[in-house]
Amino acid sequence: MKRYEARLSGLGGQGVILAGIILAEAAGIHEGRQVVQTQSYGPESRGSACKCDVIIGDEPVKYPGVYRLNLLVALSQDACDKYARDLVPDGLLIYDPLYVKNLPERPLRACAVKATETAEGLGRKIAANMVALGAVAALAGLVSADSLARAVAARSPRGTAEGNLAAFRAGLAAARELRSAIS
Amino acid sequence: MLSTAQMLEKYYLVDKLPNIWCAGCGDGAIAAALVRAVDELGIDKNSLTQVNGIGCSGRVGAYQDFDVIKGTHGRALAFATGIKLFKPELTVVAIMGDGDCGAIGGNHFIHAARRNIDLTALVINNRIYGMTGGQSSPTTPFGDRASTALTGSVERPFDLCQLAIGAGATYVARGTVYHIKQLQRLLKNAIAHKGFSFVEVVSQCPIYYGRYNDEASPAAMLRWQKESAVSVTAAQGLSPEELQGKIVIGEFVAKDEPEFVSEYQALIDRYGQEAAE
Amino acid sequence: MTTPRLLQGNEALVEGALAAGVRFFAGYPITPATEILELMARKLPRLGGKFIQMEDELGSMGAVIGASVAGAKAMTASSGPGISLKQENIGFAIIAEIPCVVVNVMRGGPSTGMPTLPSQMDVMQAKWGAHGDHPAIALAPWSVEECFTTAVRAVNLAERFRTPVTLLSDAEIAHMREVYAPPESVETIDRPRPNCPREEYVPYRPDERGIPAMADFGSGYRWHPDSNCHDEYGFPATNNHAVGDKLVRRLVGKVNDYAEEIHWLSEERLEDAEIVVFAFGSVARSASEAVDVARSQGIKAGLLRPISIWPFPDPAVAKVAARAKAILVAEGNLGQLLGEVQRVAAGRCPVAHFSRVDGLIPRPEQILARIKELA
Repeated sequence: MKRYEARLSGLGGQGVILAGIILAEAAGIHEGRQVVQTQSYGPESRGSACKCDVIIGDEPVKYPGVYRLNLLVALSQDACDKYARDLVPDGLLIYDPLYVKNLPERPLRACAVKATETAEGLGRKIAANMVALGAVAALAGLVSADSLARAVAARSPRGTAEGNLAAFRAGLAAARELRSAIS
Repeated sequence: MLSTAQMLEKYYLVDKLPNIWCAGCGDGAIAAALVRAVDELGIDKNSLTQVNGIGCSGRVGAYQDFDVIKGTHGRALAFATGIKLFKPELTVVAIMGDGDCGAIGGNHFIHAARRNIDLTALVINNRIYGMTGGQSSPTTPFGDRASTALTGSVERPFDLCQLAIGAGATYVARGTVYHIKQLQRLLKNAIAHKGFSFVEVVSQCPIYYGRYNDEASPAAMLRWQKESAVSVTAAQGLSPEELQGKIVIGEFVAKDEPEFVSEYQALIDRYGQEAAE
Repeated sequence: MTTPRLLQGNEALVEGALAAGVRFFAGYPITPATEILELMARKLPRLGGKFIQMEDELGSMGAVIGASVAGAKAMTASSGPGISLKQENIGFAIIAEIPCVVVNVMRGGPSTGMPTLPSQMDVMQAKWGAHGDHPAIALAPWSVEECFTTAVRAVNLAERFRTPVTLLSDAEIAHMREVYAPPESVETIDRPRPNCPREEYVPYRPDERGIPAMADFGSGYRWHPDSNCHDEYGFPATNNHAVGDKLVRRLVGKVNDYAEEIHWLSEERLEDAEIVVFAFGSVARSASEAVDVARSQGIKAGLLRPISIWPFPDPAVAKVAARAKAILVAEGNLGQLLGEVQRVAAGRCPVAHFSRVDGLIPRPEQILARIKELA
């Protein structure tokens, strides 16, 4: 793959930036791929619409911006409305159906992953971002589940690794089911 | 006490004299009082650093044999903060004028006081901008004249000592050029004090402040200092009306509070211990 | 090498500065440079170094100068509005020859401008941002790795030349993360210090390269750095024409006469390039990609990327101008380096321009389109 562009988006506080950093570390450190990660800055990252872009390549990634988005993870309606149009025709949209009710009209591959509900079920609503990462591992074919799990464990603040990994695995399992249902 | 000859020999760059100050200016006497205080404290020449600002007062260090950095206008305390924080073993004295400290450098002044960093700020207050030719300053009394207030200042002045107290300085004192022995004592106490010490010296500028305000004789200006001075203790028994036009001299504040550089060193030591464990 | 980590530009910059020996930092919060301040606050005391958040930008620059005079490798970091305030004391550091590093994480200007968004609008401020005739050294990273390496170099150049050095990052590079494994240690340079007896120390008498030895305050040399025009002893000589002339010429000459020591450029596909893009920092990332695409389409394009911006890389630009069909200057301002390239090209080849000043770095296809027009 020459260049793969992923965007994780939602509202400030949903942990999309941390999720993006973990995705970048999984690809860049655990798989030795070329990676550039950028993110929303300032008040945006703390409350309103928030995004984190991860560009992965086999060659050095020069232009750090998004121009042919391959993957969008949307954890809010606003984020979905704003960014789905950047997806390439065969791009993948992973969204949380709790928040995203209206999908873009144009045809694209869209997968509903109950990130927040699953995380709540595990007693850690805050880990919805990890559930979403699990879904990325299962559906995007971008980085291996193993690399992502290692990156999750390495980035989790002390005492949260187990909970985060549980959420990650739940997302992975749910999305794998979804994948087999699709195919 | 050091004789003048001894003082010149030990602390002065004699080849840089004569100084640039006008006849009758208080700066030379204040500079000598500072050196005598340093000598009495037994501080080595190599461990005293002087920071000067811009203006007539900014020339004190140019004649004295210490490490002296003459910075930009108003920034003496910022320079001093960097020196003291990086090299706490140095005794750092910043010398400023009333405009230098009270106007353009006002922010550094109140924050150095707030931090209680172990520096001495010596402010020579001649109530006017001398070097630039007699403009009004933040300490020009209401109604007094200056080149930018020809019919009398319509601004209220700062009481720099009260400002220092309000900002949290842990040593605050005022002296005059006339009461030179007392000034020397105050400077000694200020330098010995651990924390931010502030000494205001009421000085005379016969050439500008004096001429604009009908009193150009240095002797008369010194007499005014003598006659207007009231000690801190005596001032406590006087009403605000009675204190009008007086110069309250002596120590206002001398207290111990956590000092910034020591607190920072404690932080470094704490990290060092953690790392060792 | 250390283990590879995903680092933010500002983070790598701090690590580079610390590796180069920076042990004093004074700053003031400002977007997009704040992470540098926060990281220095966290890391310096653990290294026995000193950090202070000053009351304002003027004070930060003053404290940095004070610490440097006391012997520290000292740094401050800010962005447009803060740099404007620091200029006063940057001028002091220039005339008194106090080594220090000033990081400018460029954002959109003028004034408060676009605080969170990148620009390259402060290139000329980095050159002329203090009054008076003076030299300028400025470096500009284009990646996380270069945030580290240019920080090391900036500290070393400041010490080598005894003058403030500007590190021109931008909001894009500062907040971008890339994988980088910083080296275990780096080569460092220390300012020249006197080793003569105190009586023989002449604080502003230059060596053969124009650089005087600098004693740490408190080391017994007792000298007088002064903001006025001064003689070799450091004392004011404000009305001495000969001293003034000599001082200003030496201050400028000590850097400009050794510019080739500072010049640091990256060349991509220049061997046979007909269209040469001249770009630095984040804009060069797009330019480099545009050059790749142009090559894949059979256009002989290349990239000349200055990592040191000041002193301007005249020889490298002249070399390109002598054989290129055209030079395209791509920058995040309305032509600040264009004029420099035109000056050096001196009509030997056409010099075209591409600007983007809306708070976004150009997309590669925008630069590609210009390359195609010129091809």
